Amino acid sequence: MLEKRTPRQRQRTRDPKQRSKDFDEVALGFTQEQAMLEAKRCLMCKKKPCVAGCPVDIDIPEFIASIVKGDYEGAIRKIKEKNNLPAICGRVCPQETQCEALCTLSAKEKPVGIGALERFAADWEIAHLKLKVPKIGNRKGIKVAAVGSGPAGLTAAADLAKLGYGVTLFESLSASGGVLRYGIPEFRLPKKILNLETEYVRSLGVDIKLNVLIGRTFTITDLFNEGYKAIFLGTGAGLPYFLGIPGEDLNGVYSANEFLTRVNLMHAYEFPKYKTPIKIGERVAVVGAGNTAMDCVRVAKRLGAKEAMIVYRRSEREVPARRAEVDNAEEEGIEFRFLTAPVKIEGNEKGEVKSMTCLKMELGEPDESGRRRPIPIKGSEYTMPIDTVVIGIGQAPNPLIAHTTKGLEVHKGGELKVDKNYMTSIKGVFAGGDITTGEGTVIAAMGAGKRAAVAMDRYLREQR
Amino acid sequence: MHNIREKRILAKGIVFFKVDAPLVVREAKAGQFVIVRLDEFGERIPLTIFDSDRANGTITLIIQEVGRSTKDLCALNVGDGILDILGPLGNPSEIENFGTVAIIGGGVGAAELYPVARDLKNRGNKIIVILGTRSKDLVILEDEMKDIADEILITTDDGSYGIKGLVTDALKKLFERDESIDRIICCGPILMMKAVTETARPKNITTIVSLNAILLDATGMCGCCRVMVGGESHFSCVDGPDFDGFKVDFDELLFRNKRFLDEEKKALES
Repeated sequence: MLEKRTPRQRQRTRDPKQRSKDFDEVALGFTQEQAMLEAKRCLMCKKKPCVAGCPVDIDIPEFIASIVKGDYEGAIRKIKEKNNLPAICGRVCPQETQCEALCTLSAKEKPVGIGALERFAADWEIAHLKLKVPKIGNRKGIKVAAVGSGPAGLTAAADLAKLGYGVTLFESLSASGGVLRYGIPEFRLPKKILNLETEYVRSLGVDIKLNVLIGRTFTITDLFNEGYKAIFLGTGAGLPYFLGIPGEDLNGVYSANEFLTRVNLMHAYEFPKYKTPIKIGERVAVVGAGNTAMDCVRVAKRLGAKEAMIVYRRSEREVPARRAEVDNAEEEGIEFRFLTAPVKIEGNEKGEVKSMTCLKMELGEPDESGRRRPIPIKGSEYTMPIDTVVIGIGQAPNPLIAHTTKGLEVHKGGELKVDKNYMTSIKGVFAGGDITTGEGTVIAAMGAGKRAAVAMDRYLREQR
Repeated sequence: MHNIREKRILAKGIVFFKVDAPLVVREAKAGQFVIVRLDEFGERIPLTIFDSDRANGTITLIIQEVGRSTKDLCALNVGDGILDILGPLGNPSEIENFGTVAIIGGGVGAAELYPVARDLKNRGNKIIVILGTRSKDLVILEDEMKDIADEILITTDDGSYGIKGLVTDALKKLFERDESIDRIICCGPILMMKAVTETARPKNITTIVSLNAILLDATGMCGCCRVMVGGESHFSCVDGPDFDGFKVDFDELLFRNKRFLDEEKKALES
């Protein structure tokens, strides 16, 4: 039977010329017609291979089947059985390496656009329904705490609340969301979406306490003394790595975290209405090529940089960022310098960055990460004029709680040690997400939060 | 919202506030600070915890007008509120019996040093306080310091009060009379802390400086406050704010703290 199959639908995106001047969302999602066409591409495989690629086990064919029927409410209900933050995941999850990578269709053609369909269902709910709170299990009268309101903490807190626990979620910053708030820019994840989804978590009964730094305002011991019976640590990987090259402390060198926090959390792009400043020059180099680096370079462009470039020591093949974000960046006029490693940043007499010296690299044998190791090419050193450098080469786990909590064991890289039940070396203290794995994805952290919540429930039931 | 309970003007442009912060008082120790954000549009401003009152759940902050945000804060009155206060942050100052400690404050640095001096006194140290300002009208906390100090020396640039000159001149006077000093603790403008450190270096007296780097999240996440200490990059917010002055690269800090001068001016005009 020869049937012409519908091609994979492409999400609409805003015109690059226009969007690279503002912070409004770039991807616009599917229209209803597109969603229907895309949903109908799903083969509804009995074995559901895609589900195995979802860290939070969404029943993907089921929700897609609801879309096919035009039952969008049914679709979002199905997603929310497993995922508390679908409008976020539909935007920032790397589906192409997870659920979509396992789609049966991908053997012969492009996989089903599962991510865009998830976003469609979530956005449909936001546009058409009041946030509906699911049935909550019987209140148990047991207090638990979650620390850090990023993807891991929000998920653990939401799932524990659904199980009937009285959950307090502590956040050190002035707004919830963790990396979703300070890290991911408005043009990729609008704050309105984030606010709605954190509001949903609140509506489940989670008490979110902002401006409380666990490890300082309260210690872990304090929390137990306050009557919390179990604690989930989802404090993430927020400790920025620097290159360790000369000139890194010059004015005009930012860590990606500083750069993004100023813009995303503190609204520096609306200075001076918002009082937090940011300063960028005409030529901005972002070192690194992960999603965070892509966010930084696109922010730089939007802040008015004439030239904004990615400087990456490996080749285009090894770029860790999502392909779609690299494409978006390219469309917006971002320059890419691959196989280029900074060795020195030079300053002027005021201590401001004026140039950056780089070495050209070539690829050698694979290293421990399986990627070919970049090797400097002798005599290839060159210096280019640069005004602003953003270091976006990754983050280590936040060390504060480990430093202020006796008996909390960590690995060499600072990751908290946990057993298979997500319990740390301290009884009743659980952890998941980047704080235990080092920097990972939003959805991996959510998966860990979910499984940790199950383990915490089991632990708490055994305690009684 | 954190309500302001009491306001006093200590000097021109320097204000004392008692403000509700029940979560901060529990653990607050001398040398620690809070991050304050006035309103939704506000910057995150670091302020030393001058004092904390556990019974009433209030902390005392001393704020000097230097830019837009501190000006807006200083304009608040009793009954007004501050949106966010996060803390206590940073490492507490080391409080031990060192012997004789010289406490050297420049300008509003006196506010940071008062709780440290008080706790050191209670620990049995002999306390000599040196406070330096431009002129008499800017001297703050003289009475409070007198209550705890064994001796207090005041210097003014214009000679309108106390010794005419700089805090280092007063420190040299202590050296000249062979006062045995076991430790110096210093807080104030960067150039002043550098000068004190260099004055103490030949005598090899441990000199602790409380740094005032530009902060953002102040929880160790952004590296905005990185400062070179002993040839290594440290985050002032979580590794400090107190550091061994002999090891601090003050010149770099001086540059780094001027990073946003243009923007600060623009904000003041807005």
